[in-house]
Amino acid sequence: MRLAVLGAGAVGRSVLDLADDYGHSVTAFADSGSAAVDPGGLVPDPVLRRKERDDVVGDDDPEAVFDADYDVLVEATPTTLGDAEPGFTHVRRALEADRHVVLANKGPVAERYDDLRALERESAGEVRFEATVGGAIPVLSAIHDFGPDHITAARGVLNGTANFVLSRMAAEGLDYEHVLREAQDLGVAEADPTFDVEGTDAALKCVILANVLNGGGFSLDDAEVEGITTVPTSALDLAAEDGRTVRLIGEARPDGVRVGPRLVPQHGTLAVSGTQNIVQLETTHAGRLNISGRGAGGPETATAVLSDVSRLE
Amino acid sequence: MTGVDAGTEPEEMEADGSGDGPQAHTVRLELVDEPGELLAALHPIADNGGNLLSILHERGNLTPRGHIPVEVDFECPPDRFDTIVEALRDGGVNVIQAGAERYGEEVVVLLTGDLVDADLSDVVRSVESGAQATVTDLSLSAPEGPDEAASARLRLGTRSGRTEATLATVREVASAKNLHVVEPLTEGSA
Repeated sequence: MRLAVLGAGAVGRSVLDLADDYGHSVTAFADSGSAAVDPGGLVPDPVLRRKERDDVVGDDDPEAVFDADYDVLVEATPTTLGDAEPGFTHVRRALEADRHVVLANKGPVAERYDDLRALERESAGEVRFEATVGGAIPVLSAIHDFGPDHITAARGVLNGTANFVLSRMAAEGLDYEHVLREAQDLGVAEADPTFDVEGTDAALKCVILANVLNGGGFSLDDAEVEGITTVPTSALDLAAEDGRTVRLIGEARPDGVRVGPRLVPQHGTLAVSGTQNIVQLETTHAGRLNISGRGAGGPETATAVLSDVSRLE
Repeated sequence: MTGVDAGTEPEEMEADGSGDGPQAHTVRLELVDEPGELLAALHPIADNGGNLLSILHERGNLTPRGHIPVEVDFECPPDRFDTIVEALRDGGVNVIQAGAERYGEEVVVLLTGDLVDADLSDVVRSVESGAQATVTDLSLSAPEGPDEAASARLRLGTRSGRTEATLATVREVASAKNLHVVEPLTEGSA
């Protein structure tokens, strides 16, 4: 497949880098201010070096991407809330041109799921978004394989930053601020960690799960969200004395979405440590299914994007 | 009551991922007063997927047969309870009472925030009266002194089927007192 990749963050760059490994080529690549287009397929290294050196990916205008020859638009621009722009418009333009769309950007799928599906119905193109939930973990394809009607609930640890902070606080007895600074030094937390520690990122993923399980109807406004900033180290100590620990758990159920710090058994399935993510699906006839793995990172998320691309063939 | 770590990771419980969420159980055992007896009695619980919550070792008390009564609280998936009791008996432990829980259900919550200002005993009273529950255990931790955020762990005994209602009351009381609640994940209720 020929890919047009929008967004030159960690995910977009990794898609460009790894596409060939999956038998695909990238014919257009754009960040917010520039683009590189080559109908024969871009060679990743020079483009990535130029992005690193000059903060541009090529000499073309980003607009050139939509005129390029491509089969699948990969939307990997930063997640935005509310109207989910400019991501949503990118998706609309590709679908109106009867192209497929693969999203790594959570905004359009969490905030405007019903609009997105309506556009898809009018298009010969298909929309896929495995990369928006749980990074490399094949959550959505598992739900698809079981059939959403055979999944009664989904829950799990869906934010590596918050999980890193909580598991370090519990293991080392360190306070929140200390562990957060450490996470920032390690590149696990962003300079502005609000999205992660306030639970917004996990909530968006649960909203997407709720949309997939219920056929739409959910946005971030429907989610009950609490972050981990109110959990002191003393709470983790008290939990540990009782054989438990605290994790930021997201739940997607037919009656709604909820994200917040919860008590779980200390050595239980959901108490993953570090940046690990886990998703637990309750199935109607096959009990509980647990899938864990890396929930973030460029190559990890690009893996999910490229798997989606391969499913479109 | 003393909180005790399980020591052994309940690997089997993770491996099969079976059934519903864990439930709390209380078993009464009687042990011969010899070194190592208590530890030997706890192994069958941890080895079969039980998560030890607390142990009440009633030294000084004797059962009619002259042994020491021990009350063990643990949680395990519903389908594991019989296996654990059987394993205890196979291991030569005399199980006096099993499954007859003092409370139908037990729920543990954490409260965080300014607990001094919130008047913890008033919080306990409000929860007990509002939820028809009993606070069976309370631990407090305020390492930073009275001005900083503190934490409390409440173990609540409640009648069967009342867990959700109890949690709703805890949420209400906490919100009125400006406290944060860390609720247990009640997985079975999905």
